[in-house]
Formats: sequence, structure tokens, C-alpha cells
Amino acid sequence: MIKVMLYLSTGFVTLSILVSIYRLIKGPSTPERTQALDALGINMIAGMGVFSVILRSTAFFEVILLLGILSFIGTIALAKYMERGVVIERRSSD
Amino acid sequence: MKEANDVILRTVSKAAVVIILTFSIHLFISGHHRPGGGFIGGLSFVAAIVLLFLVYGIDKVRRNIAVDFKKVAGIGVLISVFTGVGGMLAGKNFLYQTFGQVHLPVFGQTELATAVLFDVGVALAVIGTSLTIIMSIGDDR
Repeated sequence: MIKVMLYLSTGFVTLSILVSIYRLIKGPSTPERTQALDALGINMIAGMGVFSVILRSTAFFEVILLLGILSFIGTIALAKYMERGVVIERRSSD
Repeated sequence: MKEANDVILRTVSKAAVVIILTFSIHLFISGHHRPGGGFIGGLSFVAAIVLLFLVYGIDKVRRNIAVDFKKVAGIGVLISVFTGVGGMLAGKNFLYQTFGQVHLPVFGQTELATAVLFDVGVALAVIGTSLTIIMSIGDDR
């Protein structure tokens, strides 16, 4: 029973990733693409978690942490690009 | 340009940078038997520095980390090459490596490998190269 649930949830997470990719490519404006990228990263983390439960393995925890870090930095970079028009500033405000 | 209002970003990144640096050291020392090693350890170190660049601006980080990263890359490549030549001096092949079981005071029975020295060089080369590229193309001069 739990096996069926886990396989079904990987299927739904994959579906959600595909929908996020559609919005990432098709999205008319930059904020939608940023949101789609963040949701894509979170769905990848969730899929990896379910996958490591299926395999009963702890080998993917570092992948989960690294995906979280890179998704966080990517989202911050895109948000800062939308807000300030530049990703890395020379001088900070204070 | 209007004043930045990013208290949440600064507060979160102060904790996140420490976590990312700790994770990069963990990835670096967990090579060989589990996923990790010099390359990915160096890359996650660069991720932490990039987060600092994003939050605090390039000038402030350069003032506080007063290191020329081109020299870091060169020193890393030199360390890698010389640890490879060290195997030749002992009469073995280039990049020959060995390991042994050592009893350390705190860690107990530990396996120490000479490939870690090579990995230090790889990590320094990756850190220097990536940060040089990012500082060259990310500068809005």
C-alpha cells in the first residue's frame, strides 16, 4: 500500500515539475518565471525525498541540501535582478 | 535608485552562509567513499561567496576577503601538480596515491589518504577560477 502511494506521489511530483517547466518557458513576464523556477526547485527536492524513501537510502540527502542551496541563490538573484536591475552591485547601500 | 529594504534577506543570509560553508566542508571531506570531493566542495564554497556578493555588494566583500583569487587558482593547480609529482619521486607512477589507517586522538581509528592533498589543490583551483569568472562578468563597471 505504502509502495503504491510512494510511486503515485513520484508521478504527481513529476507532473508538477512538467507544469512548472511549461510556465518557465511560456510565462509572459519575469516574475512568473521566477516563481516557476522556485516551485521547480522545491518540487525537485520533494521528488528526491520521495525517491530516497522508496530506495530506503540516505545517499541523496546531500543532493537535497545542494538543490535547496542552489534554488535559494537562484531565486534571490532573479528577485534582485527584478528589483534593482542589476544582480551584483559594486557598492552596497550602507 | 531607491534605497534597498532587505532586512529579511540580510538576516537570513547571515545564517545561510554559515550553513553553506559548513556543508561545503562536509562535502569536501566526504570524498572517496561517498559523494563529494574537491570539485563540488569548492563549488559550494563559491555558492556561499556568491550569496555574500548578492546581499552585501561586491566592494564590501572584497574589502573583507582581501585575497587575489587568480593567485588562489594558481596555487591550487601547483599543489595538485606537485602532489602528483610526489608519487614519481617515490618511484611510482604520476598521481600515485596511497592510504593508511591512523589512530588519531579525537577521531579514533581514521583512514588518511594522500589524495586529500590533491583534492585541496583541486578545491583551491575551482574556488579561484569560479570567483574570478563571477567577479569579472558580474561587475557592472
